[in-house]
Order: sequence, then structure tokens, then C-alpha cells
Amino acid sequence: MMRPAIVSSPFAGRLNRTDQLMLQVILALIPGTLAMVWYFGWGVLINMALASVFALASEALVMWLRGRPALPALGDFSALVTALLFAIAVPPTLPWWLTLIGIAFAIIIVKQLYGGLGYNPFNPAMAGYVFLLISYPLAMTTWLAPDIPELLAARDLATLSFLDSARLIFTGALPPNLSWDAVSAATPLDEMFTKLDQNATIPEILASPVWGDFGGRGWEWVGNWFLLGGIFLLWRRVITWHIPMAVMAGLLLPAGLFWLLDPQAFPFPAFHLFAGGTILGAFFIATDPVTACTTPRGQLIYGAAIGLITLMIRHWGGYPDAVAFAVLLMNIAAPTIDHYTQPRVFGHGRREKT
Amino acid sequence: MHPSRLRAQQRPLWTFHGGLHLPDEKDLSNGMPLTAAALSPRLVIPLQQHIGTPAKAVVAVGDRVLKGQLIGEAQGAVSAPVHASSSGTVLAIRSHPVPHASGLNAPCILIETDGEERWAELPPPLGPRPDPAALRERIRWAGIVGLGGAAFPSSVKLNPGPGQRIRTLIINGAECEPYISCDDRLMRDRPGRILQGVRLLRDLLGVEECLIGIEDNKAAAITALRQSLAEGGDAAGIEVIAIPTLYPSGGEKQLIRVLTGLEVPSRGIPAQIGVLCQNIATAAAIADAAIDGKPLISRVVTLTGRGLGRPCNLEVPLGTPFRDLLDQAGGLTSRLERLLIGGPMMGFACDDLDMPVTKAVNCILALTQSEAPDPGPALACIRCGACAEVCPVSLLPQQMYWHARARDLDKVRDYNLFDCIECGCCALVCPSHIPLVQYYRYAKTECLARDQEKRQAEQARLRHEAREARLERLEQERKANLRKKKDELANRPASARETTKLAATSPDDTAEDPKKAAIAAALKRAAEKKAALASQGLAPKNTDNLAPAQQRQVEAAEARRRELNAAEDAARPQE
Repeated sequence: MMRPAIVSSPFAGRLNRTDQLMLQVILALIPGTLAMVWYFGWGVLINMALASVFALASEALVMWLRGRPALPALGDFSALVTALLFAIAVPPTLPWWLTLIGIAFAIIIVKQLYGGLGYNPFNPAMAGYVFLLISYPLAMTTWLAPDIPELLAARDLATLSFLDSARLIFTGALPPNLSWDAVSAATPLDEMFTKLDQNATIPEILASPVWGDFGGRGWEWVGNWFLLGGIFLLWRRVITWHIPMAVMAGLLLPAGLFWLLDPQAFPFPAFHLFAGGTILGAFFIATDPVTACTTPRGQLIYGAAIGLITLMIRHWGGYPDAVAFAVLLMNIAAPTIDHYTQPRVFGHGRREKT
Repeated sequence: MHPSRLRAQQRPLWTFHGGLHLPDEKDLSNGMPLTAAALSPRLVIPLQQHIGTPAKAVVAVGDRVLKGQLIGEAQGAVSAPVHASSSGTVLAIRSHPVPHASGLNAPCILIETDGEERWAELPPPLGPRPDPAALRERIRWAGIVGLGGAAFPSSVKLNPGPGQRIRTLIINGAECEPYISCDDRLMRDRPGRILQGVRLLRDLLGVEECLIGIEDNKAAAITALRQSLAEGGDAAGIEVIAIPTLYPSGGEKQLIRVLTGLEVPSRGIPAQIGVLCQNIATAAAIADAAIDGKPLISRVVTLTGRGLGRPCNLEVPLGTPFRDLLDQAGGLTSRLERLLIGGPMMGFACDDLDMPVTKAVNCILALTQSEAPDPGPALACIRCGACAEVCPVSLLPQQMYWHARARDLDKVRDYNLFDCIECGCCALVCPSHIPLVQYYRYAKTECLARDQEKRQAEQARLRHEAREARLERLEQERKANLRKKKDELANRPASARETTKLAATSPDDTAEDPKKAAIAAALKRAAEKKAALASQGLAPKNTDNLAPAQQRQVEAAEARRRELNAAEDAARPQE
């Protein structure tokens, strides 16, 4: 029968749920993840599973310490999204204890110590990633070569089976007949900027077989499949177009300008889009609602700045990829940008102001 | 008819930010024509059914009243009278539950109906082109208020003052809240009456254009009004306009924006931009008052929701208790979860079926569990900004929420809290199920209370300062007088000073007037006599020559004094 009249309007059923939003993000990660497994082996999935377990355990631990029920916090799936994004960002050969350190840092310190979901100023997955990148640069920059037969043959490289990957992650031991040199390869970004530093010209660099149609071979398709997931998020209205478009524009427009000025020293702009974490960053990381700007104009500024900073660090910084740094830098600026980009409220004309 | 065809060959329309496409659920209740509700044995007529000062009862308990008779008189400028909705006897005038969001009781006139429906004497019809003042007076007499739900007295709204020139009259038939279909049904069943009212309003205000805005999910209503307009002759300046269905396009400011592209300034009224807005049912009520001389004693109410057996629209005498209406809508079913007054977006919960229908009640909504599910506990805000995307006023609801939660009222206000129309869009899309509107209502109430406190403190301060200033002024005046006196004394010749001292009177008197001299002489004599007696030891004491009774009193008093002193000595602690 009738319930007491304490609550206030609206009474109609709510249209969205946080856990469903998070689940859709996880769903959107699937195509890109499969592409990564295809090119970089089972290590990606093993890392995802490890990171998820560590993230849920860290979240539950903090909830227990705070004397709060753990299930609602685990049930919003936000820790799971953090874990998956982290696992995608790190190399598929990362030792398990680094995943543990990175995730514990992300969930316990970056997220929960600031108050938990909704209160963290920094993107937890990226903060965890950057924490490891600074502390363990070698392990964090050792990437496998994409599993493309011609490419492997050309460089005499080998791939890792599921068991090989698992052994490498859990014990740190490579298969007896292989060395690191036989399985690892520079990422396209690494390749490009190391060679540029050695004063090679772009046409010389692009002569290498690691390059595909838009960027690094294999890598470009990972990017494409993440793009598909991003379009799914746009279609489901989990995210709006502002941040992804602004990130890409902020990266591509200046990159295009440099390329026009000196095509010998600056790569074609599409290279930036399909190398490294640009697509993943634009659609899945910069759009993290908690740490991004919330006003439409603010989101454009925020995204464009991430794109620009990424480009600047790639060209003139010490790290090959820079999406994580750019996102964290702009996280700090988000509240200020929001403050100065409030939309014009209905009935508050510029002229009517008294 | 398809919405796009309804909108063909129309004037251009504008949009507002945000809004929501909601399942309209109007089919539940809008299938059947309007029917009259059965007369209740008892009517409960609140003295305040409008915004403004409550009416004052002009009948007494036991009085016989006739249908349409004035029973409560308007008080002050912004007020509206109330009339008996049927004939009968006044049972009581007392506090009774009324449909108001506050949930508080209010004074009501209770009438036991006699079923005879005998009418009081009604005023004569006004002509087709009545004098504006006479029409306004008739509207005020009839107790007509905005029937869209706000219940602001129409006569006040229709008198925008000499400075305001109204160019556009907007008739609101948008009815954007889901479920509600009372305006829809009225437009379908009585388009002619509505248009009569619209013409009266058009001529009253002398407007150039008169736009009837209706959401395009009400194709039948749009067609009915257009047909009636085409048949009925005088259609000068009147246009029926189909607008896209988008909640809350029926909000006054939103509808004005959609139809004219103008924005009512923040905290302003439409008259400031030359626009006046009236609800479709209000227009019909104005026609009733002007043409038939009938006061506002009934209104159309939608009874709907899946918690009712047979949803419908009824024309209900004002004051009919909800309980009596529910039976005519098939009764409440066991699936009922929540009973609301108004729509699911802006309505409020009803917890007493004895509440009567008032001028502001447009819908009684019985929702089931699936229609009004419990949103569950609120989770943390993830700043997703979905609220800001749908806000029709372009506010930043999540920022207001954070500041309201932190009780930082200045900040909430900086984010334009008072522009919030409480439409509920933000709360509906919030994935964390935070009751956002509740936070804004809380913050608004707190702000208003604080303003009130501030005003009172300011007044108290001004009063205190005025008092201090007055006391200071009086003190200064006193001192100035004193100084003046001293100066005058100081400047006077020595002989005069002597005399004055003896006379001990006004220092202004320097002349040796005979009266003063006589007094001085008498005083001198008295003093001399006293001195002489004292020198002989014969100065009279007031204890000499006492009567025996007085002597006894003196002795008794001294005895008491001694006792008291003894007691005090005993009580004093040993040092």
C-alpha cells in the first residue's frame, strides 16, 4: 500500500545507474582488448585478471578499514574499470608484484584516501601507471613485438605462449631458449623518437617494416578497435563527443602544422593518433567523469590541452608516450577550468545583467 | 497524425537547452470524453487555493449557501475569492488537510450538500467586447487563478501595469508532464469555449499575436482547436502551434522561449519582455465567468496511473474529497505504491484521502511499484554531468549539489540556485540516484530563512542605532543647556548672582520682580526663625507630639528592626 510522503519529486523511475555505466565502459573495452591479445599475447588477459583481483581486494580492504559495507563499493564496478584500464596500459610482461603495487597505489592512495569514488582528483589508473613508470622505467617500457609473422621473421623475433606469459609474469623467467632481445621490440613511438633523436629523417625511419598504414603495424589496429569501443560509448551516451574530439584535435592540429612546416622532422599527424595510447586515452581515460571537466566548454579546453601536452612530451619530453602525464596534469586544472567556463544560465543575458 | 505533419507550414520555433523525452503515459487516461464527477455529500473548500493572501470567510456555521455563492472574500491585492461549489449548509469552518507540498493543514469551509444544486443569483453576461476594467473585475470576482498548477490570481497577472506593453499572448496547452491529460481532454471536448476565452484575453490585452502552444503528442487536441478556430469566425492573430514534445516545454519560461525565442530575464516576469502566458483551462474559466457569469467552482482533474482501476478525466466541483473521486475512477488497486498530487516529475505525495480538490489540483496520480520504483540509497556523485546536459535552465546541478551538501549557501547561490525550476530532469538522469531537487529545495529554504534573519538583524541594528543617536542627541542638548546656564551665571553681575542664589529660581530672572522678592523674604524669615529656635535647643522634631497610635507603630517598627538585626548577625558566618 501507500508509502509515507517524505520523499520529494521526481517520482518517476530513474533512467541511469552507475553500475550500468561502468559495465558499458567495460563492454566497450572488449574489441580493443581482443586486438591486444591477438597482437601481444595472453599476458594482457593475465594482467587484467590480476589487476581486477588486486583492485577489488584493495577496495574491499579500505571499505573494511573504514567500517563500511564492501558490496556497494565493489558493485559499482568502478574499481574494475580502473583495473582494466591499468592492465591495458602496462606492458603484457609486467611482473605480478608491479601490478599489485600499481593497483594498490591507484585504489588505496589515489582513490580511497581522497574519499573514494567521486572524490579523487586524479585518474587512479593513470596515477598508478605513472607511479610505476617513474619507479620502474625498464619494466614499464619493455614491450613485446606485435605478433605479425612477416614482422617477426624480418627481425628474427619470437612470441610467447600462454604458459610462457604466465611464467614470465609470475616468476620473471623467460623460456629457456629465449632472451629479452628475442621477444621485445620498441614501440612505434619509441622507434620514431629514438631515431629522430639520432637525426634520422622521417622517410628513413618509415622505411622500416614496423610501419603500417596509419602507424605502427599491429598497434594501429589496436587503436582502431578501441575507437570502435569509443564510438559505442558515444552512441550509448556514456560519454559526450567533447573530450575525445578535443583530445584528437589538440593533438592533430599542431602535429599537422609541424608536419606541414617540416615533413622531414615531424611525422604525419595520423601517426600520433594510432601510435601509443591516443585513442584509448581520448575515449576511455580523459573521459573519466570524476577527474575531467564537466562543463561543455571546459571539456573542450581540457581535451585540447591533453592533446597538446601529449604532443609536446612526445616530441620534446623524456618519455615516449605522454597521455598519462597529460591527463594527470589536466586533472589538476579541471576544477579551475570548470569554474571559468560555466554555461550561460537561461535568462542571464549579457545585456540584461544589472 | 504524425507530429511532423502537425508542424508543417508553421512559424519557426526555438529550442531550450536540455530537457527529457519521457514516456508520456497520457493514453492511460485520455481516451474517454470529460464527464462530470458525482456530487459529494460533503465539500471541503480551502480559503486559500491560490498564491497570495487567503480569502476571509463571509459565511457562518449553519448558514445555507447556494451554488456559486461567495463564501470567502479576497483580501488585499494579490488574492482570490472562493465560492460554494454546490448548495447546502455550512457545517464548520476549521483547519483541515489540504493538498499542499508542505503537508500542513489550512482553514477550510465545510459544506454539507443538499443535492439540489440551487444556483445563487449570477451577474449578467458581459458583452462580446467587454470593457477591460469590467472584465478584469469579473475575473477577480470569479476567483480565477492559473489552472496549470501555479494558481496565481489571473486578474493580477492580466493587469501588468501602465509601463508594460504586452505584444504576445501565449496560451499554454503544452501539458508536458507525463500522465496528466486534463488540458488535452478540455481542448478536445471544449475547443470553442477555450477560444472564446482566448479572444476575450486577446482583446483585453490588445495583443498583436496570440499563440496557443501544444505539444505534438496531442494531435487530437491540436486538430480540434484548429478546426474550431477555422469554423468559429474571429481568428485574428490567433495561431495554434504544435511544438515538439520535450519535457519541460510546458514551463512558462520554456514555452515562451520555444514559441518566441525570447528569454524571460532571471528573476523577472514575462511581462518585462512583452509576453503574457495563460493556461488553456484558465482561458476556458474566463469565458465561463464573462459569458455565463459563473465563478470558478469546478475544474478538470485527471485521475490516472496503473494503481487506479479506470483512469479518466472528471470535471470536479472544487472541494470534493479525493476519496469520493477515486471510486469513479475504478478505485485504488492493490498494486498502488504511491499516491501523488500532480505529475510524476513535479507532483508531491498525498497521504490523506480526505484532502479536497482545489483550483491547483490538476491530477491525482496512483502509481504502482513499476511506475514509481524506489530509487534506493543515493551513491556518490561521479560528476558525470548528465544532470547538466538535461537542465533546461543550463545550470550546473552537480556543482550546486556539492555546495548544498557542504552547506555552502553562498556558493550554491553563485551557481544560480534561484533559477532552478525544480523540474526534476537532473534527478531523473542521475546514475547515482541522488535526490538532487531535494537538495535544491533545502538550499533555497535555507537561503530564504537566512535572508529573513539578516533582514531582521539589520532592522534591529537600525532601530538600536536610531535609539542610541536619539539618546546621544538628548544628552547633548541637556549638556548644552547646562553649559548655557553656567555661562549666563558666570557673565552676570555679582549683585544679581546674590539675589538669584537666595531666590533659587530660574537664572533667566535677573529683574527684581516683587513675587521673587516676597518669596526670598519669606525664606529668609523662616531660616532666621529656625536658627533662633535651634540656638535655644527648641528645634521641633517630627517625633515630638505623636499620637498614641503613631507611638505604638514606631515602637513596633523598632522591635522588628532589632529582631532583623539579630537574625542577620546570627546568619553571618564567623570570620
